[in-house]
Amino acid sequence: MTVKHHLTDDLLMAYSAGDLPEAVNLIVATHISLCDECRAAAGSYDAVGGAVLDTCDSVEMSKSSLTSVLDMIHAQDTKTAEERIAAPVKDDVFPAPLADYVGGGLDQVRWRSAGMGVKQAILPTSKDATARLLYIPAGTAIPDHGHHGLELTLVLKGAFQDEGGYFGRGDIEVASEDLHHTPVADISEDCICLAVTDAPLKFKGLVPRIAQPFLGI
Amino acid sequence: MFTSTVLSPECDPSPVANGAKMGDPCPEAVIGTKTLNDGTPDSVAPWVTELLAVRDQRDEEAFIRVFEHFAPRVKAFLMRTGMDAALAEECAQEVLVTVWNKAHLYDATRASPSTWVFTIARNKKIDVLRKQRRPEPEDLPWGPEAEPDQADILGLQQESEQLGRALRDLPAKQRELIEKAYFGELSHSEIAEQTGLPLGTIKSRIRLALDRLRHSMK
Repeated sequence: MTVKHHLTDDLLMAYSAGDLPEAVNLIVATHISLCDECRAAAGSYDAVGGAVLDTCDSVEMSKSSLTSVLDMIHAQDTKTAEERIAAPVKDDVFPAPLADYVGGGLDQVRWRSAGMGVKQAILPTSKDATARLLYIPAGTAIPDHGHHGLELTLVLKGAFQDEGGYFGRGDIEVASEDLHHTPVADISEDCICLAVTDAPLKFKGLVPRIAQPFLGI
Repeated sequence: MFTSTVLSPECDPSPVANGAKMGDPCPEAVIGTKTLNDGTPDSVAPWVTELLAVRDQRDEEAFIRVFEHFAPRVKAFLMRTGMDAALAEECAQEVLVTVWNKAHLYDATRASPSTWVFTIARNKKIDVLRKQRRPEPEDLPWGPEAEPDQADILGLQQESEQLGRALRDLPAKQRELIEKAYFGELSHSEIAEQTGLPLGTIKSRIRLALDRLRHSMK
């Protein structure tokens, strides 16, 4: 699989630094699961973090700290670390971090209708940004909208096309405040996306604007 | 032969400090040749040998050396992110326990020891300060031929050191911006897109390690 649309450097750096809302971390981690290019870039931003840690002064630990840490290690060494890690859910559509939030694979999603055949499911994350799965029937358009903040859309199944290009599985669209776009799902199959916004969407047409409070988008 | 310089593990310019600002980097010092556990004499970047001994032999002496170097730095880092001294101390202890517990996940071709410890400290920070867990990418499982060779390990460690030097050489204003980002003092929208960091070579090296890993899985 060749991913053509990648994360931006500022998002990769903020992910590495730990400065992003949970929902944004989720979409970044999901994209990286599908994209070695961004995985390597995230690794290099982690290396910047390592360099920052290296150049920190040190602050003396308390006298008993080493003993406490060794005690903690000895107390738990009866079971191996591997045993305590639950096996990640395997799913063809959802990479592990997403399957973790859904609580399983595609069959576990609790879809709710959003009109025009479009379905959505909001995932449980902190409130500072919203993560939702979108199910868009083949050939269907999502109404033209702009954003107050950032909108990230990652394709998991099928494909969509908009003013920004053609997006297939693994591709992520990073839409800034000023982008108005009308994504249309590819005609060949239904499209499933993970979409993250850090502020409510602004729809241009009157009807979607009225519908917005009901859709919760 | 294979001798070259490595950073001295004893290098610790200031055991006690109030702020956790960028200090002077450790001066490079020659302390001789290090030996990896396969017996091949080779020069290895600082702390790789210790972490691999913790990983492969559950070597407690090596872990104590790792603790003594990293715990005070992790504590300083966490204080800089906004924790008070007592909380930072407690969290630094937990970070080092995680180092022991997750040592089997350490891959010296993909991260330097400082980088790896940083990621654990960063996750601790998110857990404690934001009360969130951090979604992590799906891990790439080890393939049958994944045992890395010395040159890959050394290459990555050298790239990491070069990156550290490049960071220190940045104009003060730019360097402060990057530090602030990693200490959590900037929001995402405040992080400038152009950081001027020379990430190209380290990125290609990590990419190469990933490609090998993918290849060995086939």
